Amino acid sequence: MAKPKPRVRVPRKPVPKGEVITVKTLISHPMESGQRKDKKGNVIPRKIINRFEATYNGELVFAMDLHPAISANPYIAFNLRVDEAGELAFKWVDDDGSVYTKKAKIKVAS
Amino acid sequence: MQTRIGRRRLLFGTGGVVAGLGLAGLAGGSARADAAAVEAKIKEIVGDRTVQEGRITLDAPEIAENGNTVPVSVSVDSPMTADDHVQRVHVFADGNPRPDVCTFHFTPKNGEAWASTRIRLAKTQKVYALAEMSDGSVYLTSREVKVTIGGCGG
Repeated sequence: MAKPKPRVRVPRKPVPKGEVITVKTLISHPMESGQRKDKKGNVIPRKIINRFEATYNGELVFAMDLHPAISANPYIAFNLRVDEAGELAFKWVDDDGSVYTKKAKIKVAS
Repeated sequence: MQTRIGRRRLLFGTGGVVAGLGLAGLAGGSARADAAAVEAKIKEIVGDRTVQEGRITLDAPEIAENGNTVPVSVSVDSPMTADDHVQRVHVFADGNPRPDVCTFHFTPKNGEAWASTRIRLAKTQKVYALAEMSDGSVYLTSREVKVTIGGCGG
């Protein structure tokens, strides 16, 4: 399997202080549910992203627990109130313990 | 003649019964997570609190053509301050192999309690969203999503 590739979209332009922005994330991952069988009838073992976390300047701002009912290539979007400029850090945790990360900077309009 | 028609009627009749049994068998086999399983999950979270209506909105298409990826958003009417905010929103589905779909964890930093993702729905079913507020109150909403092509593979 190709290594999961995380992608993140945040406003590129400086954000007025106090404004609420939408943060969109996507990671390439099969999200194998553990419910499917291969051609021989053997169950394909479950392998999903089970946890997503986002911190802003080190503080946890949003998290999500994922179950097999989340589609392949999980898309997750949430809001963030920008009180100060800083850096978003994202973390996706795989069933096998792998952790995939990505960062995004937010600028504040002066 | 009389007997032949009778026999044909009998044949059609039997065919109908067999088809009926087959369908019933299929339906029985695919009813895995059901409304009762979702209810048990909700009860587990809610405990002895009273479930209220309102404040939470679940956005999903009325008809989803592809059950493999159904866009779903939740939003909660909340000021999202340190004293009064949404802590968690749980999403369940009553027609999938398992009732759990996901749990969103919110903080006052979100400004507005909204989140969006894409989910799998094996067939036409009800999707539920349960919000837990910082003051301990719980709000529940649900809506039916018709699925044309089921997800979850298999």
